[in-house]
Amino acid sequence: MLKDIFINPFVDMVEAPDFLLQVLWEGLVSGVLYALIALGFVLIFRSSRIFNFAQGIMVVFAALTLVGLHSFGVPAWISVLLTLGVMFVLAVGIERVVLRPLVGQPDIILFMATIGITLFLIGGGEIIFGGENKQMITEELGIPTGDTVLEPWGGLLILQHLDITVVVVACALVAALLAFLNYTQMGRAIRALGDDHQAALSVGISLQTVWVLVWFIAGIIALVTGIAWGARAGVSFALEVIAYKALPVLMLGGLESIAGAIIGGLMIGLMEKLFEIYWGQPLLGGNTETWFAFVLALIVLLFRPQGLFGERIIERV
Amino acid sequence: MLDQTEGYITADGRQIGGTLMEMKNITLKFGGLVAIQDISFDIREGEIRAIIGPNGAGKSSMLNIISGFYTPTIGEVWYKGAKRPPMKPYEVARMGVARTFQNIALFEGMTVLDNVMTGRLTHMKAGIGAQALWWGKAQREEIENREICEKVIDFLEIQNIRKTPVGRLPYGLKKRVELARALAAEPSILLLDEPMAGMNVEEKEDMSRFILDVNDEFGTTIALIEHDMGVVMDISDRVVVMDYGKKIGDGTPDEVRNNQDVIDAYLGVAHD
Ligand SMILES: Nc1ncnc2c1ncn2[C@@H]1O[C@H](COP(=O)(O)OP(=O)(O)OP(=O)(O)O)[C@@H](O)[C@H]1O
Ligand SMILES: [Mg+2]
Repeated sequence: MLKDIFINPFVDMVEAPDFLLQVLWEGLVSGVLYALIALGFVLIFRSSRIFNFAQGIMVVFAALTLVGLHSFGVPAWISVLLTLGVMFVLAVGIERVVLRPLVGQPDIILFMATIGITLFLIGGGEIIFGGENKQMITEELGIPTGDTVLEPWGGLLILQHLDITVVVVACALVAALLAFLNYTQMGRAIRALGDDHQAALSVGISLQTVWVLVWFIAGIIALVTGIAWGARAGVSFALEVIAYKALPVLMLGGLESIAGAIIGGLMIGLMEKLFEIYWGQPLLGGNTETWFAFVLALIVLLFRPQGLFGERIIERV
Repeated sequence: MLDQTEGYITADGRQIGGTLMEMKNITLKFGGLVAIQDISFDIREGEIRAIIGPNGAGKSSMLNIISGFYTPTIGEVWYKGAKRPPMKPYEVARMGVARTFQNIALFEGMTVLDNVMTGRLTHMKAGIGAQALWWGKAQREEIENREICEKVIDFLEIQNIRKTPVGRLPYGLKKRVELARALAAEPSILLLDEPMAGMNVEEKEDMSRFILDVNDEFGTTIALIEHDMGVVMDISDRVVVMDYGKKIGDGTPDEVRNNQDVIDAYLGVAHD
């Protein structure tokens, strides 16, 4: 028994390094998407103290809108642009109708409001586009679907072109987002508001503008993740579950740390895959990916309640 | 008495202009507490104007009204010759009013340079899209902002900590960074809430020199709250004295020093 837990998995890893690479690669693909979604959470949380329960459903809603528009006869790339437009209108709407009237209310009220947004998006999505499972318009968007077979150490490593695209696009988006946050004035405004509200106001930052912006960024992220997961698993409300993987990522990385979200996302993606293949399937009958991340996060929290990277230097008034 | 339009000449020979900011019959209440009671005074262009008074007198509240953080219960704020409608703090900031806080409000997780760069947000013109794409105008603006910030950083002698996260700095330097951020806005009026609180003698001297230099080199109008009487009398042109929400004195340092009400109410009272 102990041997199965502590020795055999590692022996397997060393004996079939090509398979280990395969597992790590698949973990990485999930990981970058978790990181991306967690980043959306963090941006919204830092600038408005709102824990955005609606992030998951935004993924579904964006994917549904995209597929739905295309099914009405709109060309694929125009549909992407229109969906971005819809996500922008959604951001403006949420700021006007939900955030602005509720500003200053206790956090729990704002959290409830995001549950309201979730229900609204589920209802709206179903009425307009129908609730049945749909195909992502992968080929129409020109996303490659074949695969490349490599033979490291004489073994076998299969890379789906879809997965490669997802990793490249997600990394590019994260890099672009970091550049935006670090090297533009609007990006500094977003970070500043996350650090200190009073000071942000004093340098001329408008809460409303930043809120619209971070919700729009969350919308863009939702669309990218929606396309990526939709291409692998179809577009349905089940996609929402993916977004909730961001919760353990946030528990690990801390609600306020941008770096924490990225590292946390990658770690969870990699570790849950490793655990599933080398421990979950042989010892627990598989399907551990649904819960592993949550248990891992709980264990980490037992030892580091502030999360792995949450060294809070900010004392709030 | 002071001439409303032509200004006056200070003891050290500087020409002070007309009225830049005028507070008319300001009253501020928090529920039953009257923090400010019917106070009027003006701030002239190019002037260093001090607001003094014991703890709880209502000085910070007054500064908060000027910068739009508080809205007066009664009274009007006039700025550049026009009555100012009720405004959000960020709108006031965009009209050229920059400030620092009594308890330092910096972006602790950001570097000194980034903190100072946020001071330029009031001058932002390029759209978000242009910024996201690092496009023509946005790029030029970023470079221009950077140059102005580097000048301010040189001016306040904080070059060596440019890339340091502000959270790691000692208190005295934080106060200086906060001043730098306010200066980067190239404000028409600079509001300083106890810029020297908690500093040692040497740091106070540095800060006094910076305040005088800012006023001298850029002609910036400055309103400041300060408890250190020596400093106040040294650097300010005119002083408003508050006590329990009321104005009990207003004039040059010499006038205020010899005002019996002020002596009774303030100078005799022990404070921090
Ligand atoms: N936001 C607020 N809500 C309620 N009361 C307030 C608020 N801000 C200030 N006060 C009260 O108004 C009065 C004046 O406070 P203020 O901070 O303006 O004094 P101050 O002159 O700046 O004092 P100090 O020298 O201690 O900084 C105090 O009694 C204070 O408790
Ligand atoms: Mg005060």
